[in-house]
Amino acid sequence: MDMKVTLSGWELSNPVIPASGTFGYGREFAALYDLNCLGSFSFKGTTLEPRFGNPTPRIAECESAVLNAVGLQNPGIAHVKAVELPEIRKFFGKKVIANISGFSIEEYVRCCRALEGEEQVGIVEVNISCPNVHSGGMSFGTEPGSAYEVTKAVKAATTKPVYMKLSPNVTDIAAIARACADGGADGLCLINTLLGMRIDLARRRPLLANRTGGLSGPAVFPVAVRMVYEVYEAVSIPIIGVGGVASAENVVEMMLAGATAVEVGAANLVDPYICKKIVESLPSVMEKYKIENLSEIIGGAHCNG
Amino acid sequence: MTNELLAVEANEKIAKSVYKMTLSGDCSAITAPGQFVNFRLEGKFLRRPISVCDWEPDRLTVVYKVVGEGTQAMSGWARGKRVDTLVGLGNGFDCAAAGDAPLLVGGGVGAPPLYGLCRRLRAQGRRVQVILGFNTASEAFFLEEFATLGVSTMVTTADGSLGQRGFVTDAMHGLQYSYFYACGPIPMFRAMERVAVGGGEYSLEERMGCGFGACMGCTCKTAGGSKRICADGPVLKREEILWT
Repeated sequence: MDMKVTLSGWELSNPVIPASGTFGYGREFAALYDLNCLGSFSFKGTTLEPRFGNPTPRIAECESAVLNAVGLQNPGIAHVKAVELPEIRKFFGKKVIANISGFSIEEYVRCCRALEGEEQVGIVEVNISCPNVHSGGMSFGTEPGSAYEVTKAVKAATTKPVYMKLSPNVTDIAAIARACADGGADGLCLINTLLGMRIDLARRRPLLANRTGGLSGPAVFPVAVRMVYEVYEAVSIPIIGVGGVASAENVVEMMLAGATAVEVGAANLVDPYICKKIVESLPSVMEKYKIENLSEIIGGAHCNG
Repeated sequence: MTNELLAVEANEKIAKSVYKMTLSGDCSAITAPGQFVNFRLEGKFLRRPISVCDWEPDRLTVVYKVVGEGTQAMSGWARGKRVDTLVGLGNGFDCAAAGDAPLLVGGGVGAPPLYGLCRRLRAQGRRVQVILGFNTASEAFFLEEFATLGVSTMVTTADGSLGQRGFVTDAMHGLQYSYFYACGPIPMFRAMERVAVGGGEYSLEERMGCGFGACMGCTCKTAGGSKRICADGPVLKREEILWT
Protein backbone atom coordinates (compact mmCIF):
# COMPACT_ATOMS: atom_id res chain seq x y z
CA MET A 1 0.00 0.00 0.00
CA ASP A 2 1.42 3.38 -1.01
CA MET A 3 0.58 6.55 0.93
CA LYS A 4 3.20 8.74 -0.74
CA VAL A 5 2.19 12.01 -2.38
CA THR A 6 4.26 14.62 -4.16
CA LEU A 7 3.95 18.40 -3.82
CA SER A 8 5.95 20.27 -6.47
CA GLY A 9 8.66 17.63 -6.61
CA TRP A 10 8.76 17.14 -2.82
CA GLU A 11 7.75 13.62 -1.90
CA LEU A 12 5.86 13.22 1.39
CA SER A 13 5.58 9.81 3.07
CA ASN A 14 1.87 10.47 3.51
CA PRO A 15 -0.53 13.36 2.85
CA VAL A 16 -1.21 14.26 6.50
CA ILE A 17 -0.01 17.73 7.51
CA PRO A 18 -0.99 19.63 10.69
CA ALA A 19 -2.33 23.01 9.63
CA SER A 20 -0.82 26.36 10.49
CA GLY A 21 -2.14 28.00 13.63
CA THR A 22 -3.10 24.76 15.32
CA PHE A 23 0.36 23.28 15.79
CA GLY A 24 2.55 26.19 16.91
CA TYR A 25 6.11 25.44 15.85
CA GLY A 26 5.61 21.78 16.69
CA ARG A 27 7.17 21.72 20.17
CA GLU A 28 4.04 21.01 22.21
CA PHE A 29 3.24 18.02 19.99
CA ALA A 30 6.81 16.74 19.73
CA ALA A 31 6.62 16.26 23.50
CA LEU A 32 3.72 13.84 22.91
CA TYR A 33 4.73 11.77 19.89
CA ASP A 34 7.38 11.42 17.18
CA LEU A 35 6.32 13.95 14.56
CA ASN A 36 8.31 12.16 11.86
CA CYS A 37 5.23 10.02 11.21
CA LEU A 38 3.65 13.10 9.58
CA GLY A 39 3.95 14.07 5.93
CA SER A 40 5.13 17.47 7.15
CA PHE A 41 3.69 20.28 9.27
CA SER A 42 2.80 23.87 8.54
CA PHE A 43 4.13 26.18 11.22
CA LYS A 44 2.32 29.06 12.90
CA GLY A 45 1.62 31.99 10.59
CA THR A 46 4.69 34.19 10.78
CA THR A 47 5.07 37.86 9.92
CA LEU A 48 8.09 40.09 9.41
CA GLU A 49 7.72 41.70 12.87
CA PRO A 50 6.61 40.02 16.11
CA ARG A 51 2.88 40.37 16.79
CA PHE A 52 0.90 40.06 20.03
CA GLY A 53 -2.34 39.49 18.16
CA ASN A 54 -5.83 40.48 19.27
CA PRO A 55 -7.11 41.11 22.79
CA THR A 56 -8.88 38.23 24.57
CA PRO A 57 -11.34 36.57 24.46
CA ARG A 58 -10.00 35.14 21.23
CA ILE A 59 -11.83 31.82 21.33
CA ALA A 60 -15.51 30.86 21.21
CA GLU A 61 -17.10 27.44 21.18
CA CYS A 62 -19.49 26.59 18.32
CA GLU A 63 -21.41 23.51 17.16
CA SER A 64 -18.71 21.09 15.91
CA ALA A 65 -16.41 24.04 15.43
CA VAL A 66 -14.38 26.77 17.07
CA LEU A 67 -14.32 30.47 16.33
CA ASN A 68 -10.92 32.10 16.79
CA ALA A 69 -9.58 35.61 16.52
CA VAL A 70 -5.97 35.08 17.54
CA GLY A 71 -4.83 37.65 15.01
CA LEU A 72 -1.52 36.22 13.84
CA GLN A 73 0.29 36.19 17.17
CA ASN A 74 3.86 35.18 16.35
CA PRO A 75 7.44 36.00 17.36
CA GLY A 76 8.48 37.37 13.95
CA ILE A 77 10.50 35.84 11.14
CA ALA A 78 13.94 36.61 12.64
CA HIS A 79 13.08 34.71 15.83
CA VAL A 80 11.64 31.82 13.84
CA LYS A 81 14.90 31.55 11.90
CA ALA A 82 17.15 31.94 14.93
CA VAL A 83 15.20 29.87 17.48
CA GLU A 84 12.25 27.90 16.11
CA LEU A 85 13.80 26.33 13.02
CA PRO A 86 16.88 25.04 14.93
CA GLU A 87 14.50 23.75 17.62
CA ILE A 88 12.34 22.00 15.00
CA ARG A 89 15.45 20.35 13.58
CA LYS A 90 15.95 18.57 16.92
CA PHE A 91 12.69 16.64 16.65
CA PHE A 92 11.70 16.75 12.98
CA GLY A 93 13.92 15.33 10.26
CA LYS A 94 11.68 16.36 7.39
CA LYS A 95 11.08 19.71 5.74
CA VAL A 96 8.35 21.97 7.09
CA ILE A 97 5.84 24.22 5.40
CA ALA A 98 6.51 27.85 6.28
CA ASN A 99 3.25 29.76 6.63
CA ILE A 100 3.86 33.49 6.23
CA SER A 101 1.61 36.52 6.33
CA GLY A 102 1.94 40.23 5.75
CA PHE A 103 0.32 43.62 5.76
CA SER A 104 1.87 44.79 2.51
CA ILE A 105 3.32 43.06 -0.53
CA GLU A 106 6.72 44.26 0.65
CA GLU A 107 6.30 42.35 3.94
CA TYR A 108 5.38 39.12 2.16
CA VAL A 109 8.44 39.54 -0.05
CA ARG A 110 10.79 40.21 2.86
CA CYS A 111 9.45 37.17 4.77
CA CYS A 112 10.06 34.99 1.72
CA ARG A 113 13.57 36.31 1.24
CA ALA A 114 14.36 35.67 4.90
CA LEU A 115 13.50 31.98 4.43
CA GLU A 116 15.29 31.60 1.12
CA GLY A 117 18.42 29.94 2.53
CA GLU A 118 16.58 27.68 4.98
CA GLU A 119 16.91 24.08 3.81
CA GLN A 120 14.31 23.00 6.36
CA VAL A 121 11.58 24.86 4.49
CA GLY A 122 10.02 22.74 1.75
CA ILE A 123 7.19 25.05 0.75
CA VAL A 124 6.31 28.64 1.48
CA GLU A 125 2.59 28.81 2.25
CA VAL A 126 1.48 32.38 1.70
CA ASN A 127 -1.50 33.32 3.84
CA ILE A 128 -3.63 35.83 1.94
CA SER A 129 -6.69 34.82 3.90
CA CYS A 130 -6.41 35.62 7.62
CA PRO A 131 -9.81 36.99 8.62
CA ASN A 132 -8.62 38.31 11.98
CA VAL A 133 -6.38 41.23 11.09
CA HIS A 134 -7.79 44.53 9.98
CA SER A 135 -5.47 45.36 7.13
CA GLY A 136 -3.49 43.02 4.95
CA GLY A 137 -4.25 39.34 5.49
CA MET A 138 -7.55 38.47 3.91
CA SER A 139 -7.78 41.72 1.97
CA PHE A 140 -5.14 40.35 -0.42
CA GLY A 141 -7.03 37.14 -0.97
CA THR A 142 -10.56 38.31 -1.68
CA GLU A 143 -9.90 40.01 -5.00
CA PRO A 144 -8.19 38.35 -8.01
CA GLY A 145 -6.07 41.41 -8.86
CA SER A 146 -4.34 41.65 -5.48
CA ALA A 147 -4.05 37.85 -5.18
CA TYR A 148 -2.20 37.90 -8.50
CA GLU A 149 0.07 40.76 -7.39
CA VAL A 150 1.10 39.07 -4.12
CA THR A 151 1.71 35.76 -5.88
CA LYS A 152 3.85 37.36 -8.55
CA ALA A 153 5.88 39.32 -6.00
CA VAL A 154 6.61 36.33 -3.73
CA LYS A 155 7.43 34.08 -6.67
CA ALA A 156 10.07 36.59 -7.71
CA ALA A 157 11.48 36.62 -4.15
CA THR A 158 12.02 32.90 -3.61
CA THR A 159 13.14 29.75 -5.38
CA LYS A 160 11.00 27.60 -3.08
CA PRO A 161 7.61 26.34 -4.18
CA VAL A 162 4.97 28.95 -3.36
CA TYR A 163 1.52 27.78 -2.24
CA MET A 164 -1.12 30.48 -1.80
CA LYS A 165 -3.53 29.90 1.09
CA LEU A 166 -6.98 30.99 0.00
CA SER A 167 -9.95 32.44 1.84
CA PRO A 168 -13.41 30.89 1.60
CA ASN A 169 -14.92 34.33 2.25
CA VAL A 170 -15.32 35.11 -1.44
CA THR A 171 -18.07 34.73 -4.02
CA ASP A 172 -15.91 32.86 -6.52
CA ILE A 173 -12.90 31.01 -5.12
CA ALA A 174 -12.09 29.57 -8.56
CA ALA A 175 -11.43 33.09 -9.85
CA ILE A 176 -8.97 33.77 -7.01
CA ALA A 177 -7.34 30.38 -7.61
CA ARG A 178 -6.88 31.15 -11.32
CA ALA A 179 -5.38 34.55 -10.48
CA CYS A 180 -2.83 32.87 -8.20
CA ALA A 181 -2.02 30.29 -10.87
CA ASP A 182 -1.60 33.07 -13.41
CA GLY A 183 0.73 34.82 -10.96
CA GLY A 184 2.95 31.75 -10.98
CA ALA A 185 1.82 29.93 -7.81
CA ASP A 186 3.20 26.40 -7.59
CA GLY A 187 0.17 25.26 -5.63
CA LEU A 188 -2.79 26.31 -3.52
CA CYS A 189 -3.89 25.63 0.02
CA LEU A 190 -7.57 25.94 0.87
CA ILE A 191 -9.56 26.82 2.85
CA ASN A 192 -8.67 29.24 5.61
CA THR A 193 -11.37 29.89 8.24
CA LEU A 194 -14.85 31.21 7.54
CA LEU A 195 -15.68 34.62 8.97
CA GLY A 196 -18.14 34.27 11.84
CA MET A 197 -19.47 35.78 15.07
CA ARG A 198 -20.96 34.68 18.39
CA ILE A 199 -22.88 37.00 20.69
CA ASP A 200 -22.89 36.77 24.48
CA LEU A 201 -26.54 36.78 25.55
CA ALA A 202 -25.87 38.22 29.00
CA ARG A 203 -23.67 41.06 27.82
CA ARG A 204 -25.48 41.51 24.50
CA ARG A 205 -22.15 42.04 22.82
CA PRO A 206 -20.02 39.95 20.45
CA LEU A 207 -18.26 37.27 22.46
CA LEU A 208 -14.87 37.81 20.86
CA ALA A 209 -13.00 41.02 21.69
CA ASN A 210 -12.28 41.30 17.96
CA ARG A 211 -16.06 40.93 17.35
CA THR A 212 -15.55 38.54 14.42
CA GLY A 213 -13.40 35.45 14.14
CA GLY A 214 -12.60 32.56 11.83
CA LEU A 215 -14.65 29.36 12.02
CA SER A 216 -12.93 25.99 11.75
CA GLY A 217 -13.60 22.42 12.75
CA PRO A 218 -15.74 19.55 11.42
CA ALA A 219 -18.64 21.93 10.70
CA VAL A 220 -16.72 23.54 7.83
CA PHE A 221 -15.54 20.29 6.21
CA PRO A 222 -18.28 20.16 3.52
CA VAL A 223 -17.54 23.78 2.58
CA ALA A 224 -13.85 22.94 2.19
CA VAL A 225 -14.57 19.83 0.11
CA ARG A 226 -16.83 21.83 -2.20
CA MET A 227 -14.22 24.56 -2.67
CA VAL A 228 -11.38 22.10 -3.29
CA TYR A 229 -13.62 20.37 -5.84
CA GLU A 230 -14.34 23.67 -7.62
CA VAL A 231 -10.74 24.84 -7.59
CA TYR A 232 -9.49 21.46 -8.88
CA GLU A 233 -11.56 22.00 -12.00
CA ALA A 234 -10.30 25.58 -12.40
CA VAL A 235 -6.52 25.12 -12.13
CA SER A 236 -3.92 22.47 -12.83
CA ILE A 237 -1.54 23.16 -9.92
CA PRO A 238 -1.63 20.95 -6.80
CA ILE A 239 -4.01 21.69 -3.96
CA ILE A 240 -3.53 21.15 -0.25
CA GLY A 241 -7.03 20.60 1.11
CA VAL A 242 -7.76 21.95 4.59
CA GLY A 243 -10.90 22.61 6.62
CA GLY A 244 -12.51 20.42 9.25
CA VAL A 245 -10.50 17.28 8.53
CA ALA A 246 -10.59 14.97 11.55
CA SER A 247 -10.28 11.40 10.24
CA ALA A 248 -8.59 9.22 7.63
CA GLU A 249 -11.96 9.03 5.83
CA ASN A 250 -11.96 12.83 5.64
CA VAL A 251 -8.45 12.70 4.14
CA VAL A 252 -9.61 10.31 1.41
CA GLU A 253 -12.70 12.45 0.74
CA MET A 254 -10.61 15.61 0.43
CA MET A 255 -8.25 13.85 -1.98
CA LEU A 256 -11.15 12.59 -4.08
CA ALA A 257 -12.29 16.23 -4.31
CA GLY A 258 -8.89 17.12 -5.73
CA ALA A 259 -6.39 17.60 -2.91
CA THR A 260 -2.88 16.19 -3.27
CA ALA A 261 -2.21 16.56 0.45
CA VAL A 262 -4.43 17.37 3.40
CA GLU A 263 -3.96 19.64 6.38
CA VAL A 264 -5.56 18.94 9.74
CA GLY A 265 -6.37 22.03 11.80
CA ALA A 266 -8.84 22.50 14.64
CA ALA A 267 -8.90 18.77 15.44
CA ASN A 268 -5.36 19.11 16.86
CA LEU A 269 -6.67 21.42 19.56
CA VAL A 270 -9.13 18.85 20.87
CA ASP A 271 -7.12 15.67 20.36
CA PRO A 272 -3.39 16.42 20.28
CA TYR A 273 -2.73 12.94 18.89
CA ILE A 274 -5.22 13.21 16.01
CA CYS A 275 -2.68 13.53 13.18
CA LYS A 276 -0.77 10.45 14.34
CA LYS A 277 -4.06 8.56 14.64
CA ILE A 278 -5.07 9.60 11.11
CA VAL A 279 -1.73 8.46 9.67
CA GLU A 280 -2.03 5.14 11.50
CA SER A 281 -5.60 4.51 10.37
CA LEU A 282 -5.08 5.50 6.73
CA PRO A 283 -3.97 2.02 5.59
CA SER A 284 -7.12 0.34 6.91
CA VAL A 285 -9.32 2.99 5.32
CA MET A 286 -7.42 2.58 2.04
CA GLU A 287 -7.94 -1.15 2.27
CA LYS A 288 -11.65 -0.72 2.94
CA TYR A 289 -12.08 1.43 -0.17
CA LYS A 290 -9.69 -0.67 -2.26
CA ILE A 291 -7.09 2.06 -2.66
CA GLU A 292 -3.66 0.65 -3.44
CA ASN A 293 -1.93 3.91 -4.24
CA LEU A 294 -3.23 7.03 -2.49
CA SER A 295 -1.95 9.51 -5.07
CA GLU A 296 -4.04 7.78 -7.73
CA ILE A 297 -7.30 8.92 -6.12
CA ILE A 298 -6.52 12.64 -6.33
CA GLY A 299 -9.49 14.28 -8.03
CA GLY A 300 -11.15 10.90 -8.35
CA ALA A 301 -14.61 12.29 -7.59
CA HIS A 302 -14.66 14.34 -10.78
CA CYS A 303 -16.48 12.99 -13.82
CA ASN A 304 -13.24 12.96 -15.76
CA GLY A 305 -11.23 11.92 -12.71
CA MET B 1 0.67 16.22 29.82
CA THR B 2 -0.93 12.86 29.18
CA ASN B 3 -4.24 11.83 27.66
CA GLU B 4 -6.13 9.51 30.03
CA LEU B 5 -9.52 7.93 30.37
CA LEU B 6 -10.51 8.74 33.95
CA ALA B 7 -13.45 7.12 35.69
CA VAL B 8 -15.87 9.19 37.76
CA GLU B 9 -15.98 7.91 41.35
CA ALA B 10 -18.25 10.55 42.88
CA ASN B 11 -19.83 13.83 41.79
CA GLU B 12 -21.79 15.74 44.40
CA LYS B 13 -23.13 19.21 44.99
CA ILE B 14 -21.34 20.92 47.89
CA ALA B 15 -22.72 24.47 47.66
CA LYS B 16 -24.98 26.54 45.44
CA SER B 17 -24.03 25.56 41.85
CA VAL B 18 -20.73 24.09 43.09
CA TYR B 19 -19.85 20.41 42.63
CA LYS B 20 -17.02 18.23 43.86
CA MET B 21 -16.02 15.36 41.60
CA THR B 22 -13.44 12.65 42.21
CA LEU B 23 -12.08 10.53 39.38
CA SER B 24 -9.73 7.56 39.31
CA GLY B 25 -7.06 6.81 36.75
CA ASP B 26 -3.48 7.75 35.96
CA CYS B 27 -2.90 11.29 37.26
CA SER B 28 0.87 11.00 37.55
CA ALA B 29 1.29 13.79 34.98
CA ILE B 30 0.15 16.31 37.61
CA THR B 31 3.27 17.75 39.19
CA ALA B 32 2.15 20.88 41.06
CA PRO B 33 -0.93 22.32 42.76
CA GLY B 34 -2.59 24.96 40.60
CA GLN B 35 -2.34 22.90 37.41
CA PHE B 36 -5.50 21.99 35.53
CA VAL B 37 -7.05 19.20 33.48
CA ASN B 38 -9.04 19.43 30.24
CA PHE B 39 -12.17 17.30 30.01
CA ARG B 40 -13.77 16.22 26.74
CA LEU B 41 -17.56 16.48 26.74
CA GLU B 42 -20.03 14.78 24.43
CA GLY B 43 -21.56 17.23 21.97
CA LYS B 44 -19.03 19.97 22.71
CA PHE B 45 -16.17 20.66 20.34
CA LEU B 46 -13.68 22.23 22.75
CA ARG B 47 -12.58 20.62 25.98
CA ARG B 48 -13.37 22.22 29.35
CA PRO B 49 -10.38 23.29 31.46
CA ILE B 50 -10.95 22.68 35.19
CA SER B 51 -8.42 23.36 37.94
CA VAL B 52 -7.07 20.52 40.04
CA CYS B 53 -8.29 20.70 43.63
CA ASP B 54 -6.22 17.78 44.85
CA TRP B 55 -4.65 14.65 43.46
CA GLU B 56 -2.82 11.40 44.10
CA PRO B 57 -0.95 9.47 41.39
CA ASP B 58 -4.14 7.47 40.71
CA ARG B 59 -6.82 9.90 41.79
CA LEU B 60 -8.10 13.39 40.96
CA THR B 61 -10.44 15.75 42.77
CA VAL B 62 -11.93 18.77 41.04
CA VAL B 63 -14.39 21.34 42.34
CA TYR B 64 -16.26 23.28 39.71
CA LYS B 65 -19.09 25.75 39.44
CA VAL B 66 -21.91 25.33 36.94
CA VAL B 67 -21.65 28.42 34.77
CA GLY B 68 -22.72 27.21 31.32
CA GLU B 69 -23.80 24.24 29.21
CA GLY B 70 -20.48 22.42 29.59
CA THR B 71 -20.29 22.51 33.38
CA GLN B 72 -24.04 21.80 33.51
CA ALA B 73 -23.41 18.59 31.57
CA MET B 74 -20.51 17.72 33.87
CA SER B 75 -22.77 18.02 36.91
CA GLY B 76 -24.76 15.09 35.51
CA TRP B 77 -21.80 12.73 35.22
CA ALA B 78 -22.47 9.60 37.26
CA ARG B 79 -20.13 7.17 38.97
CA GLY B 80 -18.44 4.90 36.45
CA LYS B 81 -18.56 7.36 33.58
CA ARG B 82 -15.30 7.44 31.62
CA VAL B 83 -13.95 10.87 30.74
CA ASP B 84 -11.33 11.58 28.07
CA THR B 85 -8.99 13.92 29.95
CA LEU B 86 -5.79 15.78 29.23
CA VAL B 87 -3.97 15.57 32.57
CA GLY B 88 -1.29 17.82 34.03
CA LEU B 89 -1.70 21.12 32.17
CA GLY B 90 -0.19 24.47 33.08
CA ASN B 91 2.64 25.42 35.42
CA GLY B 92 0.98 25.45 38.86
CA PHE B 93 1.99 27.19 42.07
CA ASP B 94 5.63 27.46 43.09
CA CYS B 95 5.72 25.77 46.52
CA ALA B 96 9.39 26.58 46.96
CA ALA B 97 8.63 30.29 47.16
CA ALA B 98 6.33 29.94 50.19
CA GLY B 99 8.65 30.88 53.07
CA ASP B 100 7.71 29.79 56.59
CA ALA B 101 4.28 31.46 56.81
CA PRO B 102 2.52 31.71 53.45
CA LEU B 103 -0.94 33.23 52.99
CA LEU B 104 -3.49 31.58 50.69
CA VAL B 105 -6.34 33.76 49.40
CA GLY B 106 -9.27 32.22 47.55
CA GLY B 107 -12.31 33.94 46.09
CA GLY B 108 -15.39 31.80 45.44
CA VAL B 109 -14.63 28.86 43.19
CA GLY B 110 -10.99 29.99 43.24
CA ALA B 111 -10.61 28.22 46.58
CA PRO B 112 -10.24 24.58 45.38
CA PRO B 113 -6.72 24.72 43.86
CA LEU B 114 -5.55 26.32 47.11
CA TYR B 115 -6.62 23.19 48.96
CA GLY B 116 -4.11 21.00 47.11
CA LEU B 117 -1.51 23.72 47.61
CA CYS B 118 -2.32 24.01 51.31
CA ARG B 119 -1.99 20.26 51.85
CA ARG B 120 1.46 20.24 50.29
CA LEU B 121 2.65 23.32 52.14
CA ARG B 122 1.46 21.77 55.40
CA ALA B 123 3.34 18.57 54.55
CA GLN B 124 6.44 20.72 54.19
CA GLY B 125 5.80 22.06 57.69
CA ARG B 126 4.82 25.60 56.72
CA ARG B 127 2.58 27.66 58.96
CA VAL B 128 -0.23 28.37 56.48
CA GLN B 129 -2.91 31.05 56.83
CA VAL B 130 -5.98 30.91 54.61
CA ILE B 131 -8.57 33.52 53.69
CA LEU B 132 -11.63 32.41 51.75
CA GLY B 133 -14.07 34.97 50.40
CA PHE B 134 -17.60 34.27 49.20
CA ASN B 135 -20.61 36.34 48.21
CA THR B 136 -22.89 34.73 50.76
CA ALA B 137 -23.08 31.77 53.16
CA SER B 138 -24.96 29.51 50.71
CA GLU B 139 -22.04 29.72 48.28
CA ALA B 140 -19.39 28.89 50.88
CA PHE B 141 -17.67 25.52 50.78
CA PHE B 142 -14.49 23.66 51.82
CA LEU B 143 -14.22 25.33 55.22
CA GLU B 144 -14.05 21.97 57.00
CA GLU B 145 -11.59 20.58 54.48
CA PHE B 146 -9.16 23.41 55.17
CA ALA B 147 -9.77 23.06 58.91
CA THR B 148 -8.73 19.41 58.80
CA LEU B 149 -5.37 20.50 57.41
CA GLY B 150 -4.75 22.32 60.67
CA VAL B 151 -4.61 25.83 59.28
CA SER B 152 -6.24 29.00 60.52
CA THR B 153 -8.99 29.84 58.03
CA MET B 154 -10.66 33.23 57.91
CA VAL B 155 -13.90 33.56 55.99
CA THR B 156 -15.39 36.69 54.54
CA THR B 157 -18.76 37.14 52.87
CA ALA B 158 -19.86 40.22 51.00
CA ASP B 159 -23.22 40.21 52.78
CA GLY B 160 -21.93 39.26 56.21
CA SER B 161 -23.96 36.01 56.33
CA LEU B 162 -20.84 34.04 57.29
CA GLY B 163 -17.56 35.06 58.90
CA GLN B 164 -16.33 38.60 58.57
CA ARG B 165 -18.48 40.95 56.50
CA GLY B 166 -16.58 42.32 53.53
CA PHE B 167 -13.92 41.12 51.15
CA VAL B 168 -10.75 39.06 51.43
CA THR B 169 -8.72 42.25 51.50
CA ASP B 170 -10.49 43.29 54.73
CA ALA B 171 -9.15 40.11 56.33
CA MET B 172 -5.65 40.73 54.98
CA HIS B 173 -5.12 43.96 56.95
CA GLY B 174 -2.54 43.52 59.68
CA LEU B 175 -1.62 39.96 58.73
CA GLN B 176 2.03 38.96 58.65
CA TYR B 177 2.96 36.51 55.89
CA SER B 178 6.06 35.39 54.04
CA TYR B 179 4.47 35.05 50.59
CA PHE B 180 0.97 34.86 49.13
CA TYR B 181 -0.89 32.66 46.68
CA ALA B 182 -4.24 33.76 45.24
CA CYS B 183 -6.94 32.27 43.06
CA GLY B 184 -10.18 34.06 42.31
CA PRO B 185 -11.71 36.74 40.12
CA ILE B 186 -9.64 39.55 38.63
CA PRO B 187 -11.36 42.30 40.69
CA MET B 188 -10.21 40.45 43.83
CA PHE B 189 -6.64 40.42 42.51
CA ARG B 190 -6.77 44.14 41.79
CA ALA B 191 -7.99 44.85 45.30
CA MET B 192 -5.29 42.58 46.72
CA GLU B 193 -2.60 44.42 44.79
CA ARG B 194 -3.40 47.56 46.80
CA VAL B 195 -2.88 45.90 50.19
CA ALA B 196 -0.60 42.89 49.65
CA VAL B 197 3.01 43.10 50.81
CA GLY B 198 5.99 41.14 49.54
CA GLY B 199 6.08 38.45 46.90
CA GLY B 200 3.17 36.40 45.66
CA GLU B 201 1.47 34.76 42.74
CA TYR B 202 -1.96 34.77 41.15
CA SER B 203 -3.76 32.04 39.21
CA LEU B 204 -5.43 33.53 36.15
CA GLU B 205 -8.26 32.47 33.89
CA GLU B 206 -8.92 32.96 30.19
CA ARG B 207 -11.06 31.36 27.51
CA MET B 208 -8.89 28.62 26.04
CA GLY B 209 -8.79 26.74 22.78
CA CYS B 210 -6.48 23.78 23.29
CA GLY B 211 -5.22 24.18 26.86
CA PHE B 212 -1.70 23.01 26.05
CA GLY B 213 -0.03 25.90 24.26
CA ALA B 214 -0.74 25.25 20.60
CA CYS B 215 -3.42 27.72 19.53
CA MET B 216 -2.40 31.00 21.19
CA GLY B 217 -6.06 31.53 22.11
CA CYS B 218 -5.42 32.60 25.72
CA THR B 219 -2.36 34.83 25.44
CA CYS B 220 -1.93 37.82 27.73
CA LYS B 221 0.67 40.57 27.89
CA THR B 222 3.02 40.38 30.86
CA ALA B 223 6.11 42.23 32.04
CA GLY B 224 8.04 39.32 30.53
CA GLY B 225 6.35 39.47 27.14
CA SER B 226 3.43 37.47 25.73
CA LYS B 227 2.42 34.47 27.83
CA ARG B 228 -0.07 31.71 27.17
CA ILE B 229 -2.29 31.38 30.24
CA CYS B 230 -2.65 27.65 29.53
CA ALA B 231 1.00 26.71 29.10
CA ASP B 232 3.09 29.53 30.63
CA GLY B 233 0.45 30.01 33.36
CA PRO B 234 -2.17 29.84 34.71
CA VAL B 235 -0.08 30.96 37.69
CA LEU B 236 1.89 34.16 37.19
CA LYS B 237 4.16 35.89 39.67
CA ARG B 238 2.85 39.16 41.02
CA GLU B 239 5.54 41.20 39.29
CA GLU B 240 4.84 39.61 35.90
CA ILE B 241 1.25 40.82 35.70
CA LEU B 242 0.42 44.11 33.99
CA TRP B 243 -2.51 45.58 35.89
CA THR B 244 -3.65 47.92 33.12
